[in-house]
Amino acid sequence: MGTVPRDRSVLSPAAFLLRGLAVGLAAGLIAFVVAFALGEPYVDDAIALEEAAAAQPPAEHPEHAEEAQEPAGQDGMVEISRENQKSWGLLTGTLAIGAALGGLAALAAAAVLGRLGLSARGSTALVALVGFVAVTLVPFTKYPATPPAVGSGETIGGRTASYFALLLVSVLAAIAVVVLANRLRARYDGWTAAFVGAGVYLVVVTGTGLLLPTVNELGDFPADTLWYFRRSSLVTLAALWASIGVGLTVLVGRMHDRAAADLARRELAASL
Amino acid sequence: MSQSSATPLAAPAIQVPAIQVPAVPLLQLGTWVVFFGLLAMLAIFFVSADQGALSLFAGNAVHEWVHDARHLLGYPCH
Ligand SMILES: [Zn+2]
Repeated sequence: MGTVPRDRSVLSPAAFLLRGLAVGLAAGLIAFVVAFALGEPYVDDAIALEEAAAAQPPAEHPEHAEEAQEPAGQDGMVEISRENQKSWGLLTGTLAIGAALGGLAALAAAAVLGRLGLSARGSTALVALVGFVAVTLVPFTKYPATPPAVGSGETIGGRTASYFALLLVSVLAAIAVVVLANRLRARYDGWTAAFVGAGVYLVVVTGTGLLLPTVNELGDFPADTLWYFRRSSLVTLAALWASIGVGLTVLVGRMHDRAAADLARRELAASL
Repeated sequence: MSQSSATPLAAPAIQVPAIQVPAVPLLQLGTWVVFFGLLAMLAIFFVSADQGALSLFAGNAVHEWVHDARHLLGYPCH
């Protein structure tokens, strides 16, 4: 009776990934609805301001600063209507990001399941919480979302590099402190380990944030529109991560329960 | 962590020892992380940066199409 066939009681990475992709696509759809309802009015406001500003100097192609240098009509240059940008274009983006983050979160959930001294649901929810803080909240505090009309085409390279540098440090630091806190858990209690890990993470990302350049290209963009836009952006991202967290916790929890029940049945059968 | 649930599949009501579902082996997981990590980075790149800071494709079609998502999901744009 020693050879127990290993199938349903063993969790496979592919099973996690499939759940992550499904949850991520659903989360992307939810993020689209939130972004469309809350954020698009301010994107429209910002584009109206941008076009008004562009109309002041001798009338040039208004839509984009970067396009002003390369007029439309050159090869590969297209103009997509605002209706398409704010509906299908926005949906494409939120679905792609949702699937990417959902899949990555699911693989992270697979890595920590059964390794942190938490239940399957607890460790999966923790992945989503850490993901929101490390991937979204920390980069947002230093380089918050900006509406169209804010930011110049010349600095896009530097701004992108700074943003992704902070994102990379934040994600690597988050992974490192989870490993660190998990080690500390053996010597201190879980809460102490968690607080030490969170503290180390905050020190690392704050230091990195201080070292990276500050971006301020606001000009005289109205502060209320800017704040409403940023708030809607953060709510969109929070909705994305909350959906990933809830969906993944439910699906991974169920998968784990099935595996545990299966394992229990086999062990019982083997012991009889 | 005993997670013996109350689903119909669960064992009958005999003393069930604490069941620990084996963790996913990290080496096995690593292959998937590399494989999907690359795909995910590509997807994130197209939404966040293509035809902005870097350009994989010439033109501006990708940038224009995902433009609102790039702004609203907090990536640097114009
Ligand atoms: Zn833009």
